[in-house]
Amino acid sequence: MIPALRRPGLLRDQPTGRLQRDENKLVSDSRFTQQELPACKPILTPQWVISLFTLVGIIFIPIGVASLLASNDVVEIVDRYETACVPPSMINDKVGYIQNPAISKTCSRMLKVPKDMDKPVYVYYQLDNFYQNHRRYVKSRNDKQLRDASKAYETSGCDPEKAAADGTPIVPCGLIAWSLFNDTYSFTHGNGESLTVNKKDISWKSDRDHKFGYDVYPKNFQSGALRGGGTLDPKKPLSKQEDLIVWMRTAALPTFRKLYGRIEVDLKKNEIITVMLENNYNTYSFGGKKKLVLSTSTWLGGKNNFLGIAYLSVGGLCFFLATAFSVVHLVQPRELGDPSLLSWNTNSGTH
Amino acid sequence: MTPERPLLHSPQIEAKFSPLLQSCSGKGFSVRDKDLSLLHIGDSGDSDVTSITEQFHSADSHFFDQIVLECSPQESSHLVSWNAMERQQIPSSLEISSSVEGLEKGSKSHRIRHKSVQFDDLFPSEDNTRLIYINDPRKTNEKYEFSGNEIRTSKYTFITFLPKNLFIQFHRVAYLYFLAIAGLNQLPPLAVFGRTVSLFPLLFVLCVTAMKDGYEDWRRHRSDRNENSRDAQVYQFGQFRIKKWKNIHAGEVVKIFCDETIPCDMVLLGTSDPNGVAFVQTMNLDGESNLKTRYARLETTPMCAEVGSYSGIIRCEQPNKNIYEFTANMEYNGHKISLGPSNIILRGCQVKNTTWIIGVVVYAGQETKAMLNSAISPSKRSKLESYMNRETLWLSIFLFAMCAVVALGMGLWLKDHEPQLDSLPYYRRRYITNGRENGKYFKFYGIPMEIFFSFLSSVIVFQIMIPISLYITMELVRLGQSYFMIEDAQMYDGNSGSRFQCRSLNINEDLGQIRYIFSDKTGTLTENKMEFQRASVYGRDYGTSLKGTGNLMMGERSSDVLRHKKWKLKSEINLDTELVELLHGDVPGMERTAAREFFLTLAACNTVIPITSSLSSNSVDLACDEDVSIEYQGESPDEQALVAAASAYGFTLIERTTGHIVIDVNGEMLRLDVLGLHEFDSVRKRMSVVIRFPDNAIKVLVKGADTSVLSILNHQIDNGSCETESARIKNMTENHLNNYSLQGLRTLVVAARDLSGAELEEWQAKYEEASTSLTERANKLRQAAALIECQLNLLGATGIEDKLQEGVPETIESLRQAGIKVWVLTGDKQETAISIALSCRLLTDDMHQIIINGTSEEDCRLLLANAKAKHGVKPLIYTEGSKKLKEGEFIGSMEKVVGSGNPSLALIIDGNSLVYILEKELEPDLFELATSCRVVLCCRVAPLQKAGIVDLIKSRSNDMTLAIGDGANDVSMIQMADVGVGICGQEGRQAVMASDFAMGQFRFLKRLLLVHGHWNYQRVGYLVLYNFYRNAVFVLMLFWYILQTAFSTTSALTDWSSVFYSVIYTSVPTIVVGILDKDLSHKTLLLYPKLYCSGHRHESYNLHLFWITMLDTLWQSLVLFYVPFFAYRYSTIDIWSLGSLWTIAVVVLVNIHLAMDIRRWVLITHLATWGSIVVACLCMVALDSIPSFPNYWTIYHLISSRTYWLAILLITVLALLPRFACKVIWQTFWPSDIQIAREAAIMGKFPNSFGLKLEQDVR
Repeated sequence: MIPALRRPGLLRDQPTGRLQRDENKLVSDSRFTQQELPACKPILTPQWVISLFTLVGIIFIPIGVASLLASNDVVEIVDRYETACVPPSMINDKVGYIQNPAISKTCSRMLKVPKDMDKPVYVYYQLDNFYQNHRRYVKSRNDKQLRDASKAYETSGCDPEKAAADGTPIVPCGLIAWSLFNDTYSFTHGNGESLTVNKKDISWKSDRDHKFGYDVYPKNFQSGALRGGGTLDPKKPLSKQEDLIVWMRTAALPTFRKLYGRIEVDLKKNEIITVMLENNYNTYSFGGKKKLVLSTSTWLGGKNNFLGIAYLSVGGLCFFLATAFSVVHLVQPRELGDPSLLSWNTNSGTH
Repeated sequence: MTPERPLLHSPQIEAKFSPLLQSCSGKGFSVRDKDLSLLHIGDSGDSDVTSITEQFHSADSHFFDQIVLECSPQESSHLVSWNAMERQQIPSSLEISSSVEGLEKGSKSHRIRHKSVQFDDLFPSEDNTRLIYINDPRKTNEKYEFSGNEIRTSKYTFITFLPKNLFIQFHRVAYLYFLAIAGLNQLPPLAVFGRTVSLFPLLFVLCVTAMKDGYEDWRRHRSDRNENSRDAQVYQFGQFRIKKWKNIHAGEVVKIFCDETIPCDMVLLGTSDPNGVAFVQTMNLDGESNLKTRYARLETTPMCAEVGSYSGIIRCEQPNKNIYEFTANMEYNGHKISLGPSNIILRGCQVKNTTWIIGVVVYAGQETKAMLNSAISPSKRSKLESYMNRETLWLSIFLFAMCAVVALGMGLWLKDHEPQLDSLPYYRRRYITNGRENGKYFKFYGIPMEIFFSFLSSVIVFQIMIPISLYITMELVRLGQSYFMIEDAQMYDGNSGSRFQCRSLNINEDLGQIRYIFSDKTGTLTENKMEFQRASVYGRDYGTSLKGTGNLMMGERSSDVLRHKKWKLKSEINLDTELVELLHGDVPGMERTAAREFFLTLAACNTVIPITSSLSSNSVDLACDEDVSIEYQGESPDEQALVAAASAYGFTLIERTTGHIVIDVNGEMLRLDVLGLHEFDSVRKRMSVVIRFPDNAIKVLVKGADTSVLSILNHQIDNGSCETESARIKNMTENHLNNYSLQGLRTLVVAARDLSGAELEEWQAKYEEASTSLTERANKLRQAAALIECQLNLLGATGIEDKLQEGVPETIESLRQAGIKVWVLTGDKQETAISIALSCRLLTDDMHQIIINGTSEEDCRLLLANAKAKHGVKPLIYTEGSKKLKEGEFIGSMEKVVGSGNPSLALIIDGNSLVYILEKELEPDLFELATSCRVVLCCRVAPLQKAGIVDLIKSRSNDMTLAIGDGANDVSMIQMADVGVGICGQEGRQAVMASDFAMGQFRFLKRLLLVHGHWNYQRVGYLVLYNFYRNAVFVLMLFWYILQTAFSTTSALTDWSSVFYSVIYTSVPTIVVGILDKDLSHKTLLLYPKLYCSGHRHESYNLHLFWITMLDTLWQSLVLFYVPFFAYRYSTIDIWSLGSLWTIAVVVLVNIHLAMDIRRWVLITHLATWGSIVVACLCMVALDSIPSFPNYWTIYHLISSRTYWLAILLITVLALLPRFACKVIWQTFWPSDIQIAREAAIMGKFPNSFGLKLEQDVR
């Protein structure tokens, strides 16, 4: 009369001590559920530690040496010109100088090549204290407008530089485009022979192909009362305006370089190069520096000792640590898994 | 008679039952003797059995005719008042569970009523009484619209789903934080992220949760639909017709057949049994699998015989969730009939062993007790989580500081550049286009406002500094941990088929830090399978010589007895030959009479239901069957053991109905009318039954706790001989009781007395009034009981053995080694408790036992002070003002055991003293004393005192407490403790329902704490620290960059990368490691329980570690930012490329950081860790392939750049170098226990032979 209660249970198999179950198993006995999956359980043995440090040292020091060598191979000419190009009479009113269109901005600089520079020699301009990464600035553009001719009216985000006085949109709109860098450089050899600067392919191909439309032409650009920077040829589509494309890839840090062009001839040591530059861009209002940079390039890019030094130091430190631990291991070895070091064995009497 | 037993009628309390014996009035005994002799005449031959049965049969029917047909109001109510058992004054477990702190309040004030209806105050007023017109649902529902029987466990409908689900979800602080951040981001001056992107994390979480909720609700809808469309036979239009469950209404009459489920709460009107008995299984309600009896009132049974004559009015209380209580009365044919909990069958129960039942619906649908009880117990919060919240506060301070720096920097910068603001090419304060707006400010609101906005937008950028996702991660991790705990084959109880249950998902890691275990004794340490071992009858001790059931030692008489024993019991009882001789020998005399009465009481005075397993439905016919096995179903294992013992000695209870019981006395059917039954309650600590013998002699049979019964014995000195005799018996019995207790037996005292006509009448009047009364029924019943429970004759005492569970001593030893203090809180007597404690190695001989048995406050103060002084317990917090108490002369109960060396202390304290201590200012003393003892035993404690003791530790120390128990009396303690563990045992599922974890055996506790607790603690502790680090390193990296952007909260990372960072790129490995990482194998942990102490020392998570982690985070973030900064300082790098570099670098760094700390690499861990890096790279590639994003194609450019790769390698190595070096140094010079054990285990330094020993240990 009483319903028999079926009780699934574990039956113990005496000889092996393993668990066996009847069909109604409620608990699976897989290695997964019992958390007994095959596993690798690394422990930090002294051998491991020492070889790891040594390994890091072995890898890092060659890299550091190579980086340093590469960096030292780079020949770099840096010429700061923003003050030098101001006529001595205007030195106290730089802003007035730069804002006065009547004054010629042409300026001539002589650069001496310290070492042989193999082609291509990259021409950069470097701006200091120019926060291209300022939030207001970074956002002040509209990628849709740049890419698509039919979306000229897509000017959201471009404030305060989005439409001309008549309400028609500015193409390209936004502060970034508006503040386009417009100093120009032309180079001549010491012998008067001009050096061509190749300004093709200085921007990313992906930008030219997909971000700046081949059928989008500048409109109303720099038409306002206040000119922020360079103008654009309204006949050229944006995808051909490489200076703009380079400029609009906003820099990450307040001091940055941007590629101006490439000189595709070798420059000899002690050669004097004359640079004729148009000092148009107003950095005086915020005390920004302008520099012209000519640099060769290696497998690691431009001149920068940081990586090399860092790699050397880290590698050295690792070697030092490896040595230190070896000494410790030799002088005062600790037996791994020594039960006598367990806390209840060392200070007995307490629970 | 009621099958219901009070909830608190746990064995512990029951053990306090005690004997009482009225010195026998000669008259009573002579009548009794006649009775027995009469029976003996009938018993003279086996052949007579049938005829006797027939006699009984006819007597039966005659008897019923009388009641049913003549039914004088008075008599009927005597009979029916059986059902009126009421225990209002006993706080049921449900009440305890919800108001533990109601200790000091009156018992009435902490009863829980549905919709806060206070029954006692409100029941008499019509408003709060529910009127049910039987078979008239329309009239019933006329005035008040009672709910139909349709149930809805689902939370939402199709329309309300969205708003309601959102509303519920936003109850979480985390979501509100998300919402606030997303809201801030929508403000034009603050739009740091793209608007949609900023909503993504919130939407993601909301969608996932909503989907989960929706699915669960859909399943609930489906099960509701199934449930609602079940069929039941409802009386309508003159016959029973099938009706869907959902259409049943209160007031309707429903017929249920065997094995069907009850659709709603119904008052029984009649059953297929002529006596109105129905058996139900309440498995769905309280998990108890034994059958319970429910009764239809005899007055109402005729209704069912005559179809269609259903009428009457039931007046019942408002729906409430107490499944053990029901108070109502019924007006029928001008009679007022009282109804109690035994007259109602609740939704969810199943009818068993009864062909059909008919009942009237009183509560339907949502108002049924089953539905009202479906709420889950309140959740606890783990200690580690509360520490975590403290650290989160620190993180908020960091967040605030960083935002303040940014805002301040912004202010200074603006101030500095104020004259230039109109001419800066990268910051135009004014509109420059011609037109209306020319010259106006563009998104510039003045410097103070700009500072404010800057602050807010940096909050948005740095939002993940507060690791909100950590809460979600932790939930997932705990879910995974629970899965593995549940699946652990070694915590699976094969005997009962119950596996481990995680009922609470919030406190897994608390298991790794337990300091105190409060354990119940019965059913937790012991098996709660009672075995009748010893009996003291009339001053003589039996049971010492009882080995074997064989007839070897038995005399002629005994084998004679065995021939009569045709009832087969499930359990075999060892018989004491002497006692058998005495019972069945020819020697007449007081001793034999007492012995017979003793067993008669055991057989009669209980609430056990005999279930005879024969195909015949009429149990009375069973007498002719020679081979009938009988099973006793009852809620108290003690009672079952006693009844079984009585049966073994020839007094077999074979039938129990409302009005009578039938006992087979050596083959003779003895039919006893039951006039009244006073159930056990925790105040009286005894139960009594008033029976009328066939010869009209009336007797009161009592059994109860020794203190309670011995105090109401007959002290009257009738004559010299009687006095000395009764005194001698009392003395002897007390000796025996002490003896039994010392052996760890549970004792009960049995007593009886004759009732004179006058006494009977007085009692009957009172009893009748009490049992039909609607207010203070329990009190009145108790007063009625007091009338007859006095002047008792002591018959004897019983000793029942409760065996220790398997593996208890080993478990306790391991736990103790693990630095956990085990306290035992039991309702048993002190001696019993001590002996059990000795046998489970809790107490050892070399311990000083401090025993506190105070009877007054002063007494307790004295005892405590002395104990403290003697054992040099230093006052911790509390210094006693009056030192003079120390002068007191007390050595008394302090037992000094001379041990070797420095013996540890054991404190033994009883419930009485606790009353004085816990409620007075002595608590600090007790705390100091108890915490300096290795073992604390609390005996005779009431359920609420158990909670009080837990609270004593909880409120005065930071240590984690765990309470483990199996009975309803442990519920309060389980809910009070930090971790509550329920044992699925014999005593129902109350404890399990209230617990956080439930398991089958006490010994699993070792594995639960030492293995799973340790793992969970290590895992969650690391998880929290790692999550803090993971988010902070990212935020700090952004912060350093913002300092380079003129404080303009620019993020170099794309919006998507920022969002994906914590959601996709780094979340999976943390979860996997949080679930799967293991520092030590379970074998090592079990072999060295002391490893558990790392949890006590907060080794995995503490403020110290937090600060170290934060320092490490600072270093790593500096490396992250400055390596690329210096590497690209004068270069053409653009913001998106640098952002890409940072994204990849931080993901690689954070994942390798985690990899460095993983201690057990399984395939899944590899997949998760390295997979995350791969996924992050793939995401970057995917994101950079969308032309409309400003970061288009950057990753392809970077891949070809060597500087990029070198930078990432340098960042990773340089950032992790200090951490790694520190780790190595730490491990070399200050190895932790866990590390040593780990090394030893991996290098195979542990003896291999432990394997076998462990297997035994573990199981």
